[in-house]
Amino acid sequence: MKKPRALTPWRALRLAVCGLVAAMMLAPLAIVLTLSFSAAPFLTFPPPGFSLQWYAKFFADPVWMATLRTSVMVMIPSSLCASALGTAAAIALSRVRFRGASLLIGLLMAPLVVPVIITAAAIFGAFRVWGLYGTVTGLILAHTVLTIPFVLSTTLASLRMVDRTLESAALTLGATPWRSFWRVIFPLILPGVLSGLLFALVISFDELTVSLFISTPTVRPITVQMWSDVRGSVDPTITAIATSLFLFTLVVMLAETLVSRRARGRRPPLAALGF
Amino acid sequence: MLAPVLELVAIRKVYGDTVAVGDVSFALGRGEFLTLLGPSGSGKTTTLMMVAGLVAPSAGTMLLDGKPLDPLPPYKRNIGLVFQSYALFPHMTVAQNIAFPLEMRGMDRREIQRRTGRALDLVGLPGYETRYPDQLSGGQQQRIALARAIVFEPRLLLMDEPLGALDKKLREQMQIEIMRLHKQLDISVIYVTHDQDEALVMSDRIAVFNSGRIEQLGAPEELYERPASRFVADFLGESNFFPGIAKVVGGEHCEIEHGKDRLRGRSRGLAAGQAAVLAVRPERIRLAPPGSPALASENFVSGRVRNIVYLGKSRKYIVQIDDGVEIAVFEQARGDRIPTVGVGDAVTLIWPVDDSTVLSA
Ligand SMILES: Nc1ncnc2c1ncn2[C@@H]1O[C@H](COP(=O)(O)OP(=O)(O)O)[C@@H](O)[C@H]1O
Ligand SMILES: [Mg+2]
Repeated sequence: MKKPRALTPWRALRLAVCGLVAAMMLAPLAIVLTLSFSAAPFLTFPPPGFSLQWYAKFFADPVWMATLRTSVMVMIPSSLCASALGTAAAIALSRVRFRGASLLIGLLMAPLVVPVIITAAAIFGAFRVWGLYGTVTGLILAHTVLTIPFVLSTTLASLRMVDRTLESAALTLGATPWRSFWRVIFPLILPGVLSGLLFALVISFDELTVSLFISTPTVRPITVQMWSDVRGSVDPTITAIATSLFLFTLVVMLAETLVSRRARGRRPPLAALGF
Repeated sequence: MLAPVLELVAIRKVYGDTVAVGDVSFALGRGEFLTLLGPSGSGKTTTLMMVAGLVAPSAGTMLLDGKPLDPLPPYKRNIGLVFQSYALFPHMTVAQNIAFPLEMRGMDRREIQRRTGRALDLVGLPGYETRYPDQLSGGQQQRIALARAIVFEPRLLLMDEPLGALDKKLREQMQIEIMRLHKQLDISVIYVTHDQDEALVMSDRIAVFNSGRIEQLGAPEELYERPASRFVADFLGESNFFPGIAKVVGGEHCEIEHGKDRLRGRSRGLAAGQAAVLAVRPERIRLAPPGSPALASENFVSGRVRNIVYLGKSRKYIVQIDDGVEIAVFEQARGDRIPTVGVGDAVTLIWPVDDSTVLSA
């Protein structure tokens, strides 16, 4: 028989602190979410009624749509590039022992540690010189650099779980190194690569600081547009956009959880995606 | 012997200062079962990996069917390898694992299916096609690894301590199955183990490895009866050693002086005056009452029983001879015979000269 645990003062305090922290984190989100469905013509809380007017306005506005398109056009290529480069780097770093390997890992992981404002200023300076300032290519490159650490760390972690003799076995069974990678190693590290890719998507879509430095009114991701919009008028459309971004992030992160949970099971990781 | 399938000529592998394998040479006959036997770290795995092409030799030549093997990458060697850890692909089913080498060879689907089924029959696991490796026991994984290594009809099958992770019963059962498969497929095998019993049971010939070199290569009986070095006599089975000085050398035999005793044994290439040991198996020695007469073709020493160990199928007597050396003697225990010799009794140990080997110390 399990007795219900007594509510000691210590336990009560712990519960209260946890509850407060959760409330602090969730309250703004809840407020924005609620406001985005407001029927009022201006920001007021609590909203007088339910309406989708701000979503309609968001999807009808050519400026918002153009910046959304820019964000997507940056997010997809940059996270694919980061996945390819991060995976390749992880493989090289996991098997070749050479001087400076840890230095190289440090360099690749730097965007996680270095304050973003410093990275942003550095990229700004370099891109001005290289003619990448204010271009989609520039944004893609910058976001690639920013998201490689995520792919690198998730892929390195899954590579550590893969038995190196599997590759040797594939070679003795007649697979070229190329085929043994794609048939044996890649399927086994795929959950790590996918996790990294999903992180990269979210990070790129959410990114503000670096994008602020290197975008122009003509080439502008949606986060930068939101930032400049909030500073001017307070148009409730912003709540609908914020909620949309939040839902996108939520869906991607749920997918990531699914991928990594399935990967810990024994089934082929691709099954996690319904293949 | 027919033209050898595989020939290793002075193969060497050096890692920094460590000589993992030093000048190993041997030839593997067609259909032969050769075992590389030796303690851990003696270079067995490295030798096998060089044959498979996964480790590049530092020096030496390897020939497969008379053609140089060294320029071929592992995936073109057509040599099956069973790893100690099985190395089954965890994301593939049993059928996909076994089909892998066939697929790499571009075989058509129907042929792959036929051969996969046959390989599963051979290893006694028909109907396991759709299982994943982690749904199999250790012994079953071992069989699948074996099926995968033979399904493409390799020129040669290499096995690196394939039974190391299995318990004793299962290991003995798998030994018999591997021997049956070897006969049935008529395949040439190099088998690695550190288990001397396994080597004696399974092999046509055994190569005893010691610190990267082959100490002796020969049929199990030859190695057991005529060990070429103290290491082989000690590693393969159990041996008693009487240290001494070679006195009379000539013909097939050699006499050594061990304390006040003179002992004789078979020997080759020893010089008089050289430090030597006489090796004799514990089961070849007979216990007799003190002062019992020995034949001219027998050695004898006297000693005192220190300990008797009951081993079930035999008894082991530890006898301390007069100069302090302890000698083990096995006697078959028969139910109807109560041991007449007890701890503390004085005894004479007698054994045939021809069952003794004199080796350089
Ligand atoms: N990759 C390696 N790097 C350095 N030393 C190695 C390597 N592989 C094996 N060795 C060394 O070579 C020797 C023989 O190893 P191995 O062939 O694995 O022996 P065995 O299989 O008989 O136990 C050992 O001393 C081992 O430490
Ligand atoms: Mg080994």
